[in-house]
Amino acid sequence: MDFVEHIAKSHLQNHGISIPFGQVLNATSFSESDPSCITITGPVAVKAQVPAGGRGKAGGVVLTKDAVGAVKQLLGTELGQHRVNEVLVEQQVDIATELYLAVTTDGSLGCPVLMFSAAGGIDVESESNRIYQLPLAIDCHPTREDLTDFLNHAACPNPVDVVADVANKLYAAYLDADAELLEINPLAITRRGDVVALDAKLVVDDSALDRQPVLTSLATHMPMSELETKAVEHSLRFIELGGDVGVLANGAGLTMTTMDAIVHHGGTPANFLEIGGDSYTLAVPALELVLANPNVKSLVVNFCGAFARCDVMTGGVVEAWKALQPTIPVFFSIHGTGMDEARAMVRSELELEPFESMDDAISSAVSAAAAGRNNQQPPTQPDETATSDH
Amino acid sequence: MIIDSNDRVVVAGLTGQQGSFWSQHMMDYGTNVVAGISASKAGTSHLGVPVFGSFGEAAEGGLDVAVLFVPAGAASQLACQAAEAGARTIVVLTEFIPVHDTMRMIAAANANGANLVGPNTAGTVTVGSAFAGFMPAFNDRIFSTGDVGIVSRSGSLGTLACMEFTRSGRGQSVFLGIGGDPVSGVSTRRALEALEAHEATKAVVLVGEIGGSKEEDAADFVAEMKKPVAAFIAGRASPPGKKMGHAGALIVGDKGTYTSKRDALTAAGATVVDVPSELPGALQ
Repeated sequence: MDFVEHIAKSHLQNHGISIPFGQVLNATSFSESDPSCITITGPVAVKAQVPAGGRGKAGGVVLTKDAVGAVKQLLGTELGQHRVNEVLVEQQVDIATELYLAVTTDGSLGCPVLMFSAAGGIDVESESNRIYQLPLAIDCHPTREDLTDFLNHAACPNPVDVVADVANKLYAAYLDADAELLEINPLAITRRGDVVALDAKLVVDDSALDRQPVLTSLATHMPMSELETKAVEHSLRFIELGGDVGVLANGAGLTMTTMDAIVHHGGTPANFLEIGGDSYTLAVPALELVLANPNVKSLVVNFCGAFARCDVMTGGVVEAWKALQPTIPVFFSIHGTGMDEARAMVRSELELEPFESMDDAISSAVSAAAAGRNNQQPPTQPDETATSDH
Repeated sequence: MIIDSNDRVVVAGLTGQQGSFWSQHMMDYGTNVVAGISASKAGTSHLGVPVFGSFGEAAEGGLDVAVLFVPAGAASQLACQAAEAGARTIVVLTEFIPVHDTMRMIAAANANGANLVGPNTAGTVTVGSAFAGFMPAFNDRIFSTGDVGIVSRSGSLGTLACMEFTRSGRGQSVFLGIGGDPVSGVSTRRALEALEAHEATKAVVLVGEIGGSKEEDAADFVAEMKKPVAAFIAGRASPPGKKMGHAGALIVGDKGTYTSKRDALTAAGATVVDVPSELPGALQ
């Protein structure tokens, strides 16, 4: 879960890290005709509050003395995928040096890592810039000596002891938020020698949202399509992809592999939709999601049962298929726990023959989608009883 | 982390519905399940073995492998307890454990010299000997005794890979599920090290997926391995910036892409195939 700047900054401030004087405005609190709605005076930074990188380069940050004009200019605009519903107006800071400071979760090391660069700002990720890393023990703060040694090694300018103090507070804030990433970029040293977080980014672990109720209530949600929103309501993992071969599979790895195999055989997947575990009971909404996409010309059902049982999952799909009676062709590949019962069910209930190999099921679905594209009106089913005498 | 039928296995969540179902399968297969853990049912017995309140109590009767069939809220504390009680391998099947808790489990495992397998893993199988978790080891159309060791982040895809080697007639020696989370205990690299050292394993399959750097981190070791390695990486057709079901299967910027993983493994001498059905042919 990504958080916008002002949420990340108030989290930093709660942990004793300095941030500029600022004020958040939205369509309700901002009035063009009443300049007193903005209490920050002098030169300001007006910043669109969207959870996306590259905001400054996209025009989402305006440095100005005309706060009212800049707020009016930014509020309600589109920035990347996001609509700007909030702006942050901040007093400008007299910057001497811009640093980079972050704590992130390192998947390779399996522990948090403190990251620092003496050259912060928007070009921190450029190849010539080196970001120094200090692995941290979970729940244990590094000693002041370790921190100052690390910062000195990374050529941190003075006041190093204040930056070390901010680093320690940042780590506490990271632990407190169940963060995947808590980043300050830039961390400014002002001409007066203060150390101030000018921009901040917070990403909280989705699996920890239940125990972060305060932060969760402040989250800005990523824009989702209508179907993706419906999927979330059913706790289904569904992503629209733009192709025409529908996918219904169990397990994340197998679902991705089904999509890969569709591309390998010359087709394009319409969606990622994982069904398995307890979600077999959701076969009807799952199938509805796939079929709601008018571009879908064929469907692959690919099950490989381990923990999830094929007979149970297939039973759900067969019932959903009978209830919804789709007109597109469906291709089954069923292996693993409960496969015999599942295959028998497809034969008896849908009068279809499951494929022995996954590749054959998928290449057949790709061919059927191609045929469906070339012939937008589905052909009427040949009347077999009438032709069988010839 | 490769278990056998002599290892004394203690199951947390033994008395629950899934814990009972899979523990019974584990026992029928030959796994030496010696005890269960349950706070509310301590002092009773279940599936013919005693139930204790903690790993510490269970360890007095012997503890080599801990298996956790417990909810996300309880897993971290139990895994740390198992590490302190002396378990050598701790298999955590639970999905949706907060990542900070996973790092706490890893720290406890490292401090006590234990291997943490998972979380969010389907478990491990030593074919014909023992298994821990919820892989269908007992299904003879998926698992058959052979000489291929398989490492996989995904359970469903790992099952498919195992099945391909049963269909080809070659079979498997070991399956190691390392889990689908962004942070895991045993890494792809350490799983490969275990298979390289495992006598009954003559060839190795790496089943990876997009997201993170587990495959890239393992590439240096793949280059050193004497046993042949074939790999399949899922997610070539997945868009960046979207979490593909597994919390760990997420491409951020240019990190964790299919191309990065394929290139690293190919350069290390592994044969990277386009679809899982090509895996057996790649090791002939």
